[in-house]
Amino acid sequence: MRLLKDAVGRRMMGLVSALPGLLVLLIVVGLFLKSKAIFGVQPLSRLLFSSAWHPVRGEFGLLPFITGTLWVTVTALVLAIPVSILTAIYLSEYAPPAVREAAKPIIDLLAGLPSVVYGVWGVLVVVPFVGGVLAPLAGVYSSGYSILAGGIVLAIMTFPTIIHVTLEVFSTVPHALRDASLSLGATKWETTRHVVLRKGARGILAASVLGFSRAFGETMAVLMVVGNVPAVPRSLFDPGYPLPALIANNYGEMMSVPRYDAALMLAALVLMVIVLFFNVLARRILTQVERRVR
Amino acid sequence: MTGAPNGSLRRRKRTDAAFRILAAVSAGIVLLSLLLILGTILWKSIPALNLSMLTRTPKGGFYLGKEGGILNAIVGSLELALGATALAFVLSLPLVLYLNSYKRRDSKTAVWTRFFLDVLWGVPSIVYGAFGFVVMLVLGLRASLLAGMLTVALLEFPIMSRAIDEVMSLVPRELKDASASLGATRFETAFKVMVRQTAPGIMTGVLLAFGRGIGDAASVLFTAGFTDRVPAALTDPAATLPLAIFFQLGTPFPEVQQRAYASAAVLTLIILAISLIGRALSRKATRHVVK
Repeated sequence: MRLLKDAVGRRMMGLVSALPGLLVLLIVVGLFLKSKAIFGVQPLSRLLFSSAWHPVRGEFGLLPFITGTLWVTVTALVLAIPVSILTAIYLSEYAPPAVREAAKPIIDLLAGLPSVVYGVWGVLVVVPFVGGVLAPLAGVYSSGYSILAGGIVLAIMTFPTIIHVTLEVFSTVPHALRDASLSLGATKWETTRHVVLRKGARGILAASVLGFSRAFGETMAVLMVVGNVPAVPRSLFDPGYPLPALIANNYGEMMSVPRYDAALMLAALVLMVIVLFFNVLARRILTQVERRVR
Repeated sequence: MTGAPNGSLRRRKRTDAAFRILAAVSAGIVLLSLLLILGTILWKSIPALNLSMLTRTPKGGFYLGKEGGILNAIVGSLELALGATALAFVLSLPLVLYLNSYKRRDSKTAVWTRFFLDVLWGVPSIVYGAFGFVVMLVLGLRASLLAGMLTVALLEFPIMSRAIDEVMSLVPRELKDASASLGATRFETAFKVMVRQTAPGIMTGVLLAFGRGIGDAASVLFTAGFTDRVPAALTDPAATLPLAIFFQLGTPFPEVQQRAYASAAVLTLIILAISLIGRALSRKATRHVVK
């Protein structure tokens, strides 16, 4: 009887373990099937690389949205990567243990704050700051609802991801190596630069790639501060219209315009495929790093 | 060594000090941004935060600045997140137990399952929303509490699984062997020994997923709908806090925007409470844990 329970339990649980892989497949296939209707109207190259977005006329060029996403994401990463890595260096190399322990819940909390809260804060603080302080400094006019505002909010949202992974990578660098470097008379920074950073370089790359894919798909917070104008942006102070925002903003109308829903599902599919690619890339690098340490 | 081989000791020490400060400043920026976010949200919410905001549903013209509260969204969010978390738990726990008691760490199934969980973790919530919408169409569901729960459950599933997996993989081998040597099957070991051993960690993982679920907006946008009433059945549409905040902020009326700040503060306080409870639990509740 107990053995039977064990055997049945084993089968059932084995089935559940197929779920993650199945789910990834289902999402891709599901989105593909729903976006198929649009491939008949326009070739994929037109869809991805045309900037003509006129749903009512049946033109669905996703280029403004893809570039919008890229601009915001890259801005966020340029801001987030140096700060995150330096923070990780501080926490793992310089900080006293008490500070290190206290930092963990803070970083977790930053990761746990809902994106809408980031969005509200962005509207309250970042948008006026960009529109009222940074834009005049740069000598341009901006409402503040811009790529830069989106980038700043997004940068803060990606801090936890990059810091967390980088810290983990640093902790795999053996202490004996650090001690060897220090005993040769190297300063703390020289040790960090030549031992820790060099050993952890690939891991830092993986952390940044993960940060990229996290930032790439972020929806609500960016949507609230980025302006949402469907044109290819020319500067940081221009508004942009990222892919996730496009999907989120138009869910209401998508059933009333022909093929609009298929276009939006295609946008979701593009998002999914890009994120999938970068995720797989980052995981592969991390597995290699792990293997080399062992 | 490539960096300044001829540099004097003083210069090298100065560089060291400079980078130490730079690194500390960076850590300060991270801390400061958290404080700034929490501070701004709570400060701005004070004028609009009152009891009727929490205990009443929106009355006519609420989004024009008339009377009412956000009870519909608070209840909707709690119900939705509770349901989703329960569903995700039913999937996560067996999955993690299976990986940790039937499979070895380096077995093919275990490696691939963990890999796909990581991939799912990285899928943006708007994609879950779009996928949930596709599933809704296939199943013939309307935007409802149930559809929202299903979608959010998918979103929470990888988060919860990975969090529980992390603590479960720390269960010492000897404990499993001891259980086996007493004649327990693996199934019994899994549900009676490992679950108890890791109970605090499981709770923390569940709370983590619950927090993500209750705070997510993009996944419920298509699937849960929005309504001014408290949902009475699974097939009713349900309002959620993140969407309430979003819609209120989108109106041109300052009084309503004030309410968005207050609603954001409510959501933030819920998240803060969850993370505090999680931390307390991971310290306490270790009664059954063999050390």
